[in-house]
Amino acid sequence: MIQLHRLARRSEPYVLAAIVALCLLIQARSGQFFSGNNLVDDVRSLIVPALFSIGCMMVLVSGGIDVSFPAIASLAMYMTDRILLASHYSGSVVLAYAMAAGFGLAMGAFNGLLIAFLKLPTFVVTLGTSSLYTGIMYGALSASASDVPPAIAAHGKAKLFTATNEQLGLTSNMPVQVLILAGLIVVVFCLLRYTMLGRGIYAIGGDEAAAERTGFNVRAIKMFLYCFVGFTAGITGIVRISMMSFADPSTMLGMELTVIAAVVLGGTRVTGGLGTLTGTILGVTLMIIMANSLILIGIPTYWSRVFTGAVIIVGTGVTAHQVGSTRRRARAAAALGGLGGGVGAGHGEG
Amino acid sequence: MSESVLRVEGIKKSFGGVQALKGVDLDIRGGEIHCLAGENGSGKSTLIKVISGVHEPDSGSIEIGGRRRERLSPREAIEAGVQVIYQDFSVFPNLSVMENLALNMELMDGRKLVNYRRARATASRAVSLIGFDVDLDERVENLTVADRQLIAICRALLQDSKLLIMDEPTSALTKKEVKSLFSVIKSLQGRGMSILFVSHKLDEVFEISERYTILRNGENVASGSTGDLDSKTFAYYMTGREFADESYRPGPIAAPPVLSVKDLCLEGCYEGVSFDLAPGEILGITGLLGSGRTELVETIFGISRPDSGSVAVRGREVKIRSVKAAIRRGIGYVPSDRLTEGLFQTQTIERNIVVAVLEKLSGRLGILRRKLVADTTARWIAELSIATEDPSLPVRVLSGGNQQKVVLARWLANDLAVLILNGPTVGVDIGAKYDIHGLIRALAARGLAVIIVSDDLPEVLSCASRIIVMRGGAFIEELDPAETTEAKLGELSTGVA
Repeated sequence: MIQLHRLARRSEPYVLAAIVALCLLIQARSGQFFSGNNLVDDVRSLIVPALFSIGCMMVLVSGGIDVSFPAIASLAMYMTDRILLASHYSGSVVLAYAMAAGFGLAMGAFNGLLIAFLKLPTFVVTLGTSSLYTGIMYGALSASASDVPPAIAAHGKAKLFTATNEQLGLTSNMPVQVLILAGLIVVVFCLLRYTMLGRGIYAIGGDEAAAERTGFNVRAIKMFLYCFVGFTAGITGIVRISMMSFADPSTMLGMELTVIAAVVLGGTRVTGGLGTLTGTILGVTLMIIMANSLILIGIPTYWSRVFTGAVIIVGTGVTAHQVGSTRRRARAAAALGGLGGGVGAGHGEG
Repeated sequence: MSESVLRVEGIKKSFGGVQALKGVDLDIRGGEIHCLAGENGSGKSTLIKVISGVHEPDSGSIEIGGRRRERLSPREAIEAGVQVIYQDFSVFPNLSVMENLALNMELMDGRKLVNYRRARATASRAVSLIGFDVDLDERVENLTVADRQLIAICRALLQDSKLLIMDEPTSALTKKEVKSLFSVIKSLQGRGMSILFVSHKLDEVFEISERYTILRNGENVASGSTGDLDSKTFAYYMTGREFADESYRPGPIAAPPVLSVKDLCLEGCYEGVSFDLAPGEILGITGLLGSGRTELVETIFGISRPDSGSVAVRGREVKIRSVKAAIRRGIGYVPSDRLTEGLFQTQTIERNIVVAVLEKLSGRLGILRRKLVADTTARWIAELSIATEDPSLPVRVLSGGNQQKVVLARWLANDLAVLILNGPTVGVDIGAKYDIHGLIRALAARGLAVIIVSDDLPEVLSCASRIIVMRGGAFIEELDPAETTEAKLGELSTGVA
């Protein structure tokens, strides 16, 4: 049971309110937002960032950060694509997913080894491996845009349904890849909420030393996290090229910053310990709507970047400020205690 | 006499050539509150870790519940009924009270999935053990320090413990919170539990425990019944040094006041405050938290601006609008929370000492003169006998008392007129505390004007040459330390006879 005052302290309601307000504004000004094809288009562009955001959120919750997932996704999908093309593969797309997921897992495991066993800082490790994986792709494999095998192309054309905008005569297809996103959300939701592994991720993010003392296997949990990020990144790579129908090695590079921003916008604490799946998906949704639909009310695309930037600063700024004031409170409470004054520290926040 | 729940004998433990424990004995009886005391580095923490199975002793034996063993794993210790509440409580600030209480049990049971209904039941059972009234769904970071500690206690009780070890449990609590913690401890004792209370605070040891064991440099120095102990012998056992009761009398004051404060007011904090301070004097300002004592000295140091009134330094009226202006006038301030406010923890000792006088140590283009920096550092390390061989080490490697000295050195390097110390020995252990007091007296005797803000009444009595009691933002009374007592000061600051 969630009480109202507790809900008001979370960021999801505010992000949701911002989304609703933005949708209503765009609808009122253009009449086009709630048209079937626009909604489908928004979902379509949501899939890849949302897939990335889930692993990204989990790492942030554990107190780390991973910036290598676009590089992992790119290299994993590119290797898969080249191998399947070279072998004239004509079977199911499942193999493509399995291969990319496997490559991704291996690259994630490398991150995990450096982070969990050598205890190197997560940002430095993933920044380094990001460059490493990209370098291998362009250098060793001399990557350039290439075709996709028939299985992936066919998978990209598959649709759940088609939405038509009668007024403008536009149609958009709902890609089947949205089911992968839905599946991942369900799996991760259960993982985070109902398994000790999931609670362990939060525990590490709260206090790593305490987690160790409590009996969590901190190394194993970290190893799992970075492997999981690699695994989902590999899958995301195939999702991306199947929806584009060609394998562009640069198509995902640079997405890490917007994805992390969206995750933080959704209420995940950059310093670890807090973050929800709902908030993350809401954060990504808000970013996508701003990037895609502001054009419907005549705001040019480059202006949407300004809005996105402003929302990130305001949104994440508020979160950071909350963290800051919690710290200050804790410090004030400690100072009170240290001085041994007769005044009891106030309970929590008002 | 009841049986021992825990008896350790001849425990030795060394880390990389450093002998932390040199054959220590400890005997805790059923249902007693036993105090383990010792200064920092005496081996207290190592001993606790041996008892809880974290460290394996090099030699010696541990007997728990009548069973003798050479070594102990953390799990065996828990199963034998030993629970430790660490200083940081080991709670997860980002998780709910319920999870903090229940996760341990779930892990101990080897569960892979979380059952929230079972977790809630575990948590409510835990809080009911000590009648702790708390919202199970609240996030722990929103609770007070005292409540977090109670959560750690409840969690420990769930494991069916016979011996609860509390490592410096009062260091972050207010007096009121300490009182309620003590009543919890007493109620646990009433239920037959033994408590090992680790502390270096004298008054607490006397108040709560029946027996004590004191360690120094990894060895037993004394143990026995607390009733036979007085504060002087306690301090002697802890430090191996004799401390005389000291007081400070300045020489004849001839010089004009170096600081004159007239009718200073800050809305809502204090009002109508006036005093003069001459070189060589130590003015003690005491009062409860919220009496305006900290706000007053922060105004003098330029952190906040007064609404009315005037401040004169060396006979000239000055408007101190910023910390920088205060420093330029020769006013120094050492805040109470030295660890977070006073020092750059990761920077070197040298840089911490010279940071306030960089302008004086640099050449024409603002380039630092290395030699001058090194000389200044060496001079103050020697003068304040800061225990370090290498000023290029980060300041955080120093003990609390030595860190305090570094803060002092920083100010002294700046040719001070007035030094304001707010809670100068908060969190510092006995030996270092006496050293710092001696240092303050020596500095004043050399002509520095000092203000000590403190609610540690013995400290004020032994250092100050003049005491002002503040209550509700006003000066209540000025006293001569030679003619007053702790009880009198306490009465004046609380307003309760």
